[in-house]
Amino acid sequence: MNKKKMLGIPYYFWAAMFIVIPLGMVFYYGLTDKTGAFTLENITAIASPEHSKALFLALLLSFIATIICLLLAYPLAMILCGMNVNQHSFIVLLFILPMWMNFLLRTLAWQTLLEKTGVINSVLTFLKLPTLNIINTPYAIILGMVYNFLPFMVLPIYNSLSKIDGNVINAAKDLGANNVQVFTKITLPLTVPGIISGITMVFIPALTTFVISKLLGGSKVLLIGNVVEEEFTQASNWHLGSGLSIVLMIFIIINMVLSAIFDKDGEGSVL
Amino acid sequence: MSKKLIDLRNISKSYNGQLVLDDLNLYIRENEFLTLLGPSGCGKTTTLRILGGFETPDSGNVIFDGQDITKLPPNKRQLNTVFQKYALFTHMTIAENIAFGLKIKNKSKSYIDDKIKYALKLVNLDGFENRMPDSLSGGQQQRIAIARAIVNEPKVLLLDEPLGALDLKLRQDMQYELIRLKNELGITFIYVTHDQEEALTMSDTIVVMNQGYIQQIGTPETIYNEPENAFVADFIGESNIISSTMIEDRLVEILGTKFPCVDTGFGNNTPVDVVIRPEDVVLTRPENGVIKGVVTHLIFKGVHYEMEVTANGYEWLVHSTGMYPVGTEVGINVDPFNIQIMNKPASEDEEAAKIDE
Repeated sequence: MNKKKMLGIPYYFWAAMFIVIPLGMVFYYGLTDKTGAFTLENITAIASPEHSKALFLALLLSFIATIICLLLAYPLAMILCGMNVNQHSFIVLLFILPMWMNFLLRTLAWQTLLEKTGVINSVLTFLKLPTLNIINTPYAIILGMVYNFLPFMVLPIYNSLSKIDGNVINAAKDLGANNVQVFTKITLPLTVPGIISGITMVFIPALTTFVISKLLGGSKVLLIGNVVEEEFTQASNWHLGSGLSIVLMIFIIINMVLSAIFDKDGEGSVL
Repeated sequence: MSKKLIDLRNISKSYNGQLVLDDLNLYIRENEFLTLLGPSGCGKTTTLRILGGFETPDSGNVIFDGQDITKLPPNKRQLNTVFQKYALFTHMTIAENIAFGLKIKNKSKSYIDDKIKYALKLVNLDGFENRMPDSLSGGQQQRIAIARAIVNEPKVLLLDEPLGALDLKLRQDMQYELIRLKNELGITFIYVTHDQEEALTMSDTIVVMNQGYIQQIGTPETIYNEPENAFVADFIGESNIISSTMIEDRLVEILGTKFPCVDTGFGNNTPVDVVIRPEDVVLTRPENGVIKGVVTHLIFKGVHYEMEVTANGYEWLVHSTGMYPVGTEVGINVDPFNIQIMNKPASEDEEAAKIDE
């Protein structure tokens, strides 16, 4: 082993301890029952109405949140690209700034804002306007997802937009394309890697979240993340929790494979 | 002479308060190969971008075929651009790249297919239809960029330093390709470069620019043999530029020695700049020369030797196929026809040219 490879040892150790072994344990628990015998029951448990409903809802809400993020992020990334360096670093800072704050804290803040007697409703009542009752509904969860994950959509799209040579756009205009044609035929296809990367980075954490749904959905809206969490913390059924995690992992892997196909050069990745 | 196709009238442009073009006037004829030549920052690319519609001048007008197109966006102009570094669409095949402009114009599929075939043949890349731009060499990508532009049958092709990224041998081959293309297509080429050799090889007309001003317009021969000022002389090839005095018509005093020359009309005892090309300095035995000097440097350059000869307190740059070792005493002669007399910089723009050296 040469010296450069030796530098990797701490990381290999880290990866083995906290990635490979835990993953192995998830698979062990997921594929065994309480007696330790092999079973697929924990996996097939997803078919039960209660579990499949939570999975379907999680897929639906994270899908909607991803679409909203995409629709908000793309124009924003385009605006950022068109700015000069001074303005743009300020706007980028505005975007990154909330990311430096704790994720839990930000979600708790939304809880306080959205509560029936929270800040937003107090203002609305004061203005004699109808109050907003979205706390403990799927809408609040989508709001929380969009708020927390939007920067992960903006950055990869911004990245691939800023890589487009201005002369490529000029060349398209030069060949007769109007602004709409430039966008649909040049800009959009060239930013597909960034879009895919952004979708992955929003969809996966949204799909697996249990904090956002817990804080903003109360106990009324259960996502698959909450079910898994409850199996581990309350029901102490690690086997079922692991089995459902494996099912969730399948969806994540599908998403990752799709993004690897579309983003061959790793162009859209920011992290 | 063919008729004027493009007329640039009183064009001025500045970026962040810095003047890039100052009251530029220039016309371009039909079927002309015109080169905008100058150092970086001279305004040549800005002029091209104004022609292409990517910049709007602060003042002045662009007249194309009798119509004012100053404010017309690029997609409405009857000219096409070949960009520096090609600017191909990397997500499309070569055929899709070439078809781009035609598809936007809703041409029929058979027309487009014919055009793609024709264009690829013209740039000697038959059979490349389904390749991706990334799989092509720099020279091939450049030719695709040209093919993509010419299928639209523009009246004018704008070329922004298209050979800048290619190596020397390829660049020379492409120069001949471009001349051939221009003759086959019979359209106007407007070419931007900082490479004087490229300009001399290909152009019908060269426009030498510096600091936003046109320094000289002329044929390659005129620009090389009769530069109008020290900037042009210095930028186009190597030269000896010597501050001298015009004694009278056909007689100039260079470094204290009188030389016969062919220029007239500069007046008597007028301070002038004299340009003598290194290949026009003739070395001979000391007793046969008009002035005597000593060889101080000698470098073999392949086609010729490059020497420096100190004579009358000036370092003469000499190109010669004959070799004189360092330390040799030589005589210097210059054919009267090869002494080019220029006025000293008087106007502000010529002064600017001086500072830039």
